[in-house]
Amino acid sequence: MHFSGFKVIKEALMGHKGWGPQWRNPEPKPHYDIIIIGGGGHGLATAYYLAKEFGQKNIAVLEKGWIGGGNVGRNTTIIRSNYLLDGNEPFYEFSLKLWEGLEQDFNYNAMVSQRGILNLIHSDAQRDAFIRRGNAMILNGADAEYLTADQIRAENPFLNFDDARFPIKGGLAQRRGGTVRHDAVAWGYARGADQRGVDIIQNCEVTGLRIENGVCKGVETSRGFIGANKVGSCVAGSSSRIMAHANIRLPIESHVLQAFVSEGLKPVIPGVITFGAGHFYVSQSDKGGLVFGGDIDGYNTYAQRGNLPTVEDVCESGMAIMPMIGRARLLRMWGGVMDMSMDGSPIIDKTHIDGLYFNGGWCYGGFKATPASGWCYAHLLAKDEPHEVATAYRLDRFRRGYMIDEKGVGAQPNLH
Amino acid sequence: MIINHPILGPRDAAEFTYLGDVSLLNRPDWQAIDAAEQFYEYQYLRENPAGEHRELWYHEQGDRSWLVVTRNTLTHAISKVEMASDAARARGNGK
Repeated sequence: MHFSGFKVIKEALMGHKGWGPQWRNPEPKPHYDIIIIGGGGHGLATAYYLAKEFGQKNIAVLEKGWIGGGNVGRNTTIIRSNYLLDGNEPFYEFSLKLWEGLEQDFNYNAMVSQRGILNLIHSDAQRDAFIRRGNAMILNGADAEYLTADQIRAENPFLNFDDARFPIKGGLAQRRGGTVRHDAVAWGYARGADQRGVDIIQNCEVTGLRIENGVCKGVETSRGFIGANKVGSCVAGSSSRIMAHANIRLPIESHVLQAFVSEGLKPVIPGVITFGAGHFYVSQSDKGGLVFGGDIDGYNTYAQRGNLPTVEDVCESGMAIMPMIGRARLLRMWGGVMDMSMDGSPIIDKTHIDGLYFNGGWCYGGFKATPASGWCYAHLLAKDEPHEVATAYRLDRFRRGYMIDEKGVGAQPNLH
Repeated sequence: MIINHPILGPRDAAEFTYLGDVSLLNRPDWQAIDAAEQFYEYQYLRENPAGEHRELWYHEQGDRSWLVVTRNTLTHAISKVEMASDAARARGNGK
């Protein structure tokens, strides 16, 4: 079924009887060429690109719950490519370019909205750092624009420009950044993968990896053993639990990040805005709610909920740059579990076990990476060599000393 | 979360900063033949369990003591709190 304006009109005239399920609900086959563990955004994107771009035919995605029920449905939906380091920026720019063509590519309305992202600057040192980052972005083919406080005032008059402690001195804007309807990303990839023959198997929890003589032969699941030539873990948040089945310890801790939505308001915030002196990022959804978040709670956890001190800190940061939000009521808040890696950057790599691949460590920036993560992981799974923009995301970089530490805080996961 | 400090009694977790897994107390011998490998594992690799986790908390806004807290990472329930110095001595670390 192909979505189009014509189809919508036709269905309106025919009483909407022609819409069917968007993907099948197949029984698992005994053996697949490639099994992806994890039916989230990255796993579904991987399956989609494996089938569409890399000509793979016999693929399954295993999901312990329902697809898109994890972090792809729990984030603050921001897309951007404003990174500094060489290992990161080309990857995230590749991702942003894929976002730009995504809806046409998989024929699904993901509401990709390039409303721009603005990182506020509050000190002279921060201005230097942000201009350096903007230059790195431009060198890697992304867009970046330095804005003065007056330019920002013209676009965002509601910000707290003259705060005594954190005055707004300027900002770094990336106009091509923005937001995406996050659930639709999972659904669009799932539908596109399913149309190309990928089996999406829900309610199928992986309970073990069958490894014989250093070769991964398949996965033990709650629905029995399923054989595979290649198994790819794609379960950021729970990576350590899956890889423990292969006795692999990862350079990762699991932490919780909370996100928040206010009651619905009339349009007040044009794009995405981030606070440079604390940690706070906010945008306004098309339904009108302010969607915002801040730091992770900072302790190991697999519980998808956080604690109140972080809630207070996030709301204080919001009040610091946008005092008007003090009058809005908080509608919902929730937590998602993050793979916090030791350098704040992700991992897309083979393991030392033949046929076992790993994708994880996305910290709390995985959503924007979804298309590129899927594409690069598919490239690795299909060709056994990394995609050119993901060569730095090696699992052994910590042993070899090639960390990609964007924030420069060292091996302390709760500070990334 | 409330951390029941062995000396000061129940304190809000917001008074503490979190370091990580208690394995960070087991600093490898720098003179070992395979010291580089041991330090790599010590510094970067984690068990990251779902369930009971022994971890280091520092009472920064209190008495500045290090604690070993045993906490369930699925429920946040804290079952045991010890002074890190006692835990280290129990492991034979000496101080």
